[in-house]
Amino acid sequence: MIRDALKNEFQKIVGKDNVMTEAAELHAYSYDSAVLDQTQPAVVVRPENSESLGKVVKLCNENGLKLTVRGAGTNLSGGTIPHPGGVVCLTTALDKVLEINEEDLYAVVQPGVVTAKFAAQVAAKGLLYPPDPGSQAVSTLGGNVAENAGGLRALKYGVTKDYVMGVDFFDVNGELIRSGGKTVKCVTGYNLAGLMIASEGTLGVFENITLKLVPFPAAYKAMMAVFPDMMDASRAVAAIIANKIVPATLEFMDNFTIRTIENFRKAGLPVDAAAMLLIEVDGHQGQVEDDAAKVEAICKENKATSVRVAKDDAERNAVWQARRDALPALARVKPTTVLEDATVPRSKIPAMMQALDKIAKKYDLIIGTFGHAGDGNLHPTILTDKRDQKEWHRVEAAVDAIFDEALALGGTLSGEHGIGIAKAKYLKNEYGVGAINYSRRMKSVLDPNNILNPGKILGPLLA
Amino acid sequence: MADIKKLVSMLKELDDLLTGCMRCGMCQAQCPVFAQTGKETDVTRGKLALLSGLSDEILKDPEAVNEKLQRCLLCGTCEANCPSGVKVTDIFLRARAILSGYLGLPPSQRLVFRRLLTNPKLMNNLLSLGASLQGLFTKEADGVIGTSCARFNAPLIADRHFKKLASKPLHSVTPKKDTPPGKSGLRVAFFPGCVTDKVFPQVGQAVLKILEHHQVGVFMPPNQSCCGIPALSSGETEVFDKLVRQNLDLFATSKWDYLLTPCATCTATIAELWPKYYGDKMDGIRAANIADKVMDVSQFLHDVLKIPTKESASPAKVAYHDPCHLRNTLKITTQPRQVLAAGGKYTTAELPSGPSCCGSGGSFNLKHYKLSDVIGRKKAESIAATGAGVAATSCPACMLQLADMLSKTGHSIPVKHVVELYAETL
Repeated sequence: MIRDALKNEFQKIVGKDNVMTEAAELHAYSYDSAVLDQTQPAVVVRPENSESLGKVVKLCNENGLKLTVRGAGTNLSGGTIPHPGGVVCLTTALDKVLEINEEDLYAVVQPGVVTAKFAAQVAAKGLLYPPDPGSQAVSTLGGNVAENAGGLRALKYGVTKDYVMGVDFFDVNGELIRSGGKTVKCVTGYNLAGLMIASEGTLGVFENITLKLVPFPAAYKAMMAVFPDMMDASRAVAAIIANKIVPATLEFMDNFTIRTIENFRKAGLPVDAAAMLLIEVDGHQGQVEDDAAKVEAICKENKATSVRVAKDDAERNAVWQARRDALPALARVKPTTVLEDATVPRSKIPAMMQALDKIAKKYDLIIGTFGHAGDGNLHPTILTDKRDQKEWHRVEAAVDAIFDEALALGGTLSGEHGIGIAKAKYLKNEYGVGAINYSRRMKSVLDPNNILNPGKILGPLLA
Repeated sequence: MADIKKLVSMLKELDDLLTGCMRCGMCQAQCPVFAQTGKETDVTRGKLALLSGLSDEILKDPEAVNEKLQRCLLCGTCEANCPSGVKVTDIFLRARAILSGYLGLPPSQRLVFRRLLTNPKLMNNLLSLGASLQGLFTKEADGVIGTSCARFNAPLIADRHFKKLASKPLHSVTPKKDTPPGKSGLRVAFFPGCVTDKVFPQVGQAVLKILEHHQVGVFMPPNQSCCGIPALSSGETEVFDKLVRQNLDLFATSKWDYLLTPCATCTATIAELWPKYYGDKMDGIRAANIADKVMDVSQFLHDVLKIPTKESASPAKVAYHDPCHLRNTLKITTQPRQVLAAGGKYTTAELPSGPSCCGSGGSFNLKHYKLSDVIGRKKAESIAATGAGVAATSCPACMLQLADMLSKTGHSIPVKHVVELYAETL
């Protein structure tokens, strides 16, 4: 429970309507999209401007209140699950696009701007903001930066970090720290903006973000290639890159996922296929034609049984509908959906797929896998029912095994979902104790009271 | 108050439905209420979490959960777009019934549901008394739209610009109808619904004119009861059952091919909710049969009668608002547009903000008028931005809301039902 005096202080800063302390309200902020235990905050505040945001941070620090900043709460690793009895600070009212600069190709946004809405505003001006996480219809840019979110276009265009030019953030004292800038080149001081990216709310609270924009591609072409064997699909992926073609997207789906989608949508997908690649090339018209023809040929050389090239926007949409259907279709099979993002060098995809197959058999679980073949970021999706305790223990063991395998193949714990609470325990397996200690020392200086999203990334020792 | 253990055991019945929510939060992109408040308790995921919390006894405040649960328009947009296919409407209706059974409805509301709604004759008499007196308390707001506002400070009306009760409701002009099939070879039962009957009788007349024009026989029995959605969405399942049974009995007195309504909400209620929530298992087959035969009027005109489209050189633009119950529940979006075009006089102007709830939500408008108002004003601006001279929709409840909002925002754009515009071209 929060003391009345503190509640009053928060009310003075953000207004009465923006301070929530009722049990039901707190309960609604005790979770995010990760399948993890719920923990309740003591208070939820919703500042409507930067000034009050800074004051909230300062008040938390002065009173040693643990602070978790939350946008849409779509985090898949528990990064927005609050510290018990802490403060949740919502950014949903900080949702203004402050500037879209068409001459210098950047935009300045508040952290609570919804990614897809921003992308649409930018697109209306003929520009592209490439990072497109699966949750973009609701996820916020602040969260995207804090987690370094990826998406379907990462292969060619990179991830969120490749578009962050600057972050202005509040330190724990509520002081506004400016970093980065509006120039393409900027090497002034430490790369504090870089430090903020993927920091998961543990080092500062974003006030606004400057994002790089690029021209919208003039043309694009999508296609769907069907393979009788996963090795063939993987070889096709490698061959496409080796032929110096970088598609905007190069997505993968396994047989189980294909069958589940077909069952869901009845769109005529090849249910016998071992794997499917969904590919889109973009750029200038001529280049797109050339690249599409080459990709088609490469797929066929690698034993694709069919390659369907979209002739118009409707057909292109059909290709991407199949990809968009992957999660909804899988999610309906069983009540609980555990979506992981183990990532391996793309050449190791076949090995990872084989490992996933073994893990599924060993732990007697259903795992459907889809994801970003082009960048090696796979989404093995375990379909289960959390209420079945025996099975749930097997799920936990399988998740451990998935990360062990990804690391053994030279991969990483997280391609785009972040570490949060869920994967903090594996961190030393990837980077060793040195990196953790270095990070902890840094955090202890920047956040001496350890109020900023404690327990995330670095584990509970500091919590 | 009943034992909380009992509440928990009742909520446990929802467990299978609730666990389907994977908490992805995609409903945030769809929810008109969340768009205004940005609060998790106002979005589906939050409400489902609250119900889970209550059922798992982590949360012990049924009043608060019930209060949050009421802050929903039941527009069904989240359900139509839910990646996991969570049956949101089903969960909310069942939960409202469980919670209102546990907490009890306010006595005044209960009286309206139990005594008035189930007695069509009494309700008609009372409302016609109201219609004759309403002029004393109201004055004109917008002559083109035909709205009024309160003459004196009236908390119930607040600053609404409302459509007055019709001086001659449909049932007083056309109490019943029973005509044989004409050239079409079809005979339909006609269920105008309460709002058409009492506020927009001209919509009912338009339907009758259209059916006569296309030589469709009509069976319209007198003393029809409400479809039951106000009772069901407030958790009054006994009243709902009674209303459904009254209607089933009434429409069973003659033979017909389809049951038509000009109200998106009534259509959706009869099609989806009657067979699902009608409590009389023995009699359930009748509800299922009628559910198979109910149709929105535009759907009937386009899909069954296949009315031809007259060519037109310069049709006038009509801003069409998709009622949620047609768009989300019944997936009917093309037919009203086709019917608009069929007369050869109009063409559909799409709203720049895309389809979205108008913010009416039936009793939501009464309980949360401020929220309903913010959502509705945006809709009104979107309609105005089309530059159309007329706004049309397929739901009388939406018509009330659109009239209020267009009138209040100073856009003198008349609000019509699609069938009114089509009828005038015949």
